[in-house]
Amino acid sequence: MSLFAIPRRDLIVLALFSLVVLAMPIWLQPLGAAYPALMQKFVISAVFAIGFNILFGLTGYLSFGHAAFLGVGSYTAVWSFKLLTMDALPAMVFAVIVSGLFALIIGYLCLRRSGIYFSILTLAFAQMCYNLAYSVLTPITNGETSLQLTLSDPRVIDSALAPRGAGLPSAGLFGHAFSGLEGFYFCAVVLIIAFFVAQKIFSSPFGMMLRAIKSNQTRMNYTGFNTRPYALTAFVISGMYAGLAGALFAITDPLAGTERMQWTASGEVVLMTILGGVGTLVGPVIGAWLIEYFENIFSAFNEQILHRVFSWVPEGAQDFVVTIVSKFVGEGWQLTLGLLFMLVVIFMPGGVMEGVRRIVSLFNRPQRRDPGAMRVQPAE
Amino acid sequence: MAEATRNIVLHVSDVHKRFGGLHALSDIDLEVEEGKTHAIIGPNGAGKSTLLNVIVGRLAPTSGAVVFDGQVLTGRKPHQINQLGVARVFQTPEIFPDLTVLQNVMAPAFAKRDGAFRINIVRALDRETEIREEAEAILDDVGLIDRRDSHAGALSRGDKRRMELAMCLIQHPRLLLLDEPTAGMSRHDTNTTIDLLKKIKARGMTKVIIEHDMHVVFSLADKISVLSGGRIIAEGLPDDVRNSPKVQEAYLGGAHRLEAH
Repeated sequence: MSLFAIPRRDLIVLALFSLVVLAMPIWLQPLGAAYPALMQKFVISAVFAIGFNILFGLTGYLSFGHAAFLGVGSYTAVWSFKLLTMDALPAMVFAVIVSGLFALIIGYLCLRRSGIYFSILTLAFAQMCYNLAYSVLTPITNGETSLQLTLSDPRVIDSALAPRGAGLPSAGLFGHAFSGLEGFYFCAVVLIIAFFVAQKIFSSPFGMMLRAIKSNQTRMNYTGFNTRPYALTAFVISGMYAGLAGALFAITDPLAGTERMQWTASGEVVLMTILGGVGTLVGPVIGAWLIEYFENIFSAFNEQILHRVFSWVPEGAQDFVVTIVSKFVGEGWQLTLGLLFMLVVIFMPGGVMEGVRRIVSLFNRPQRRDPGAMRVQPAE
Repeated sequence: MAEATRNIVLHVSDVHKRFGGLHALSDIDLEVEEGKTHAIIGPNGAGKSTLLNVIVGRLAPTSGAVVFDGQVLTGRKPHQINQLGVARVFQTPEIFPDLTVLQNVMAPAFAKRDGAFRINIVRALDRETEIREEAEAILDDVGLIDRRDSHAGALSRGDKRRMELAMCLIQHPRLLLLDEPTAGMSRHDTNTTIDLLKKIKARGMTKVIIEHDMHVVFSLADKISVLSGGRIIAEGLPDDVRNSPKVQEAYLGGAHRLEAH
């Protein structure tokens, strides 16, 4: 029973979270982002960021190479489609296992160092994976052209069960191919499960040990803990999350390219986590959604849309305002994101979640006074 | 290991430690009896902290061995030494500043119960009632129960040290090493700490304590070893050590008498 039990407060958070995720097609409508392909991206990035945060948020080890595991997950999933079946479940299971193995090896080597040296090592390994995928490993990865489905794929299980249809199949569940919003809902359910598992880890003694590693590793050692296997476990778990995210990308679009493993993808998940709130459960999800929104919607704003938005401004001034603002939207979206990121890091180092906390404590300040802080210390 | 009259728990034999040309420790022999408080005193730079670091595995001795309860400690890692039942309080408190006071005290109990590594994610931390109740009892003992939910990093230095002591006590160590447990404390806090250490002593815990403050040493120690220039120059009961001219010469350059104020 206790395997599925979580503290009451977490249960409420989980329920609200599920509601928000499943209702995405509704509340993203007014924001102009309610089409399946984009919502899938939102959901998958959230899985990636939640997993990354288990390593970075809890243990404090900052990995700059998690895109490698994302890529490995995608390639594994596509191979599962090509060789075995178009079913999503085996693809996910294989992707998680293989990326977990990669994480075990890379983590074992990188965790011999900490701090900036650890980060550089992970970056080096990820770039190595990327370049291998691009060059030597082309028989497996298909290099520049990306790994994709072909009509001559064996798909052993599928072809044993049913006659081949014409054209390329798409991924599905138990013989039913995803169409329309189904793919999104599948990913959403996976995200909710992934969120639940992260909640389990956060509220468990194991999660406390990971926080303790971040807090003081020396004390951990003198308290009788062998810290390295703890950090390695966190690394492997977050690598598996990345692999799962990679598999979901492949499920929604059965294609795996090297660009998914590039260092910019690794950097993006770091930004998502910091923007949302390092070490919080919901923060990385919010960060992931913000960045995906900027990248996909904000970048599409053009002068026409701006003119419509600023139609209330008098004629002469309107052109001026639009000229200024247009530098920050459309192709300039990264400028806005950069500014936003700087503002958050400087004024709210705890990310969006810190902002939320501050607003909440503003409302119930009278009760929130710490009795200990008021107590007079014995004379020193 | 058990002898007829006394049981030696910690045995430091013939330990030498050199840092380059500097002989930090020479020829150290030390026997600590079970249930007793053994104080190591000496002037600054005498090698007290080096000796403690050798015992807990932070430093490897150049030669010689440390044996605890029949197990050689030399060459083992800090977490392995802790798992054998040796806990340590540091000169500057080593705590988990980002965790709450209660979590700080609960964490060591997991190391004791589950060993050096275990992936424990099935049962939530809140449900670990046994460990939580024990931690609360110990926090009550050290007078920190009111601060249970505070961030440990926000505690005063004296409170941090008391909490660190609680973190060691929850493990019921067979040997507790204290590195200047009252350094930088007010007289009031020092006296509270002495009372606390006396209480622990009554429970029969073996302690090795390094201390500057003679008041603390003479109110707690059963046996004192005096370290000077990396050698043990005197050893014995508190009264013998206090009256030894050799110790007074080394410790205070012969200028003053050692006094328990």
